[in-house]
Amino acid sequence: MSLDNATRDSILAAIPNLRAFAISLSGNVDRADDLVQETILRALKNIDSFEPGTNMPAWLFTILRNLFRSEYRKRKREVEDATGMYADSLKSQPEQSTKLEFEELRVALDKLPDDQREAVILVGASGFSYEEAAAICGCAVGTIKSRVNRARNRLAELMSIDDLDDLGPDRQTRAVLSVDRS
Amino acid sequence: MQRTKDGEFTTGAGLTREATIKIGQQLRAMYDEVVKEGVPDRFTDLLKRLDNQDRGGEGSHS
Repeated sequence: MSLDNATRDSILAAIPNLRAFAISLSGNVDRADDLVQETILRALKNIDSFEPGTNMPAWLFTILRNLFRSEYRKRKREVEDATGMYADSLKSQPEQSTKLEFEELRVALDKLPDDQREAVILVGASGFSYEEAAAICGCAVGTIKSRVNRARNRLAELMSIDDLDDLGPDRQTRAVLSVDRS
Repeated sequence: MQRTKDGEFTTGAGLTREATIKIGQQLRAMYDEVVKEGVPDRFTDLLKRLDNQDRGGEGSHS
């Protein structure tokens, strides 16, 4: 294993985003940090298969995504029946990453199928292109696009953001603007 | 469901543009909360430890 400074720095630089991705996937800060740690260990073990100069974040995201899919899903299912556990953990950790402010989104994300959740986070929050997200998830670009669309639709449904009436302030602003114009 | 040719949802049966934007904003806001926390000590320590092992155990010799 050879860990030069540039490699170490690029891994360090990716950690905040890896954590955000892991927390978005798992909904649990501690589990997410374990997942990030495993990802780093796995990456360093296989560092020779990483081509210097290529996309380090995408490579690390791929490892994390595959780890989550293989191990963490099983664990998640074990605790899924404990309803309300997630909300309780939020209340007891006000300084933690997942804040009450985002509880509605968290709950909605949790109801998405894994493939839709990861797609909408990678494209909508991590800022990867459809092409990069497709490479990370090992599927076709068109598949990612349709997963993102389905995920957005489902989130809108679950969070009752399905028409303009639910965007109160925006709607009022628009009404004011249209009055001004007349 | 109606879509424009580039796959974006149009008003009607699908999502409004405003709804799509709102979901995107919320996703990013939640995500950025975590990104802003930077790198917890746990991970800088981990990399330091691994680095030392790598250099012949200067941090891990008995």
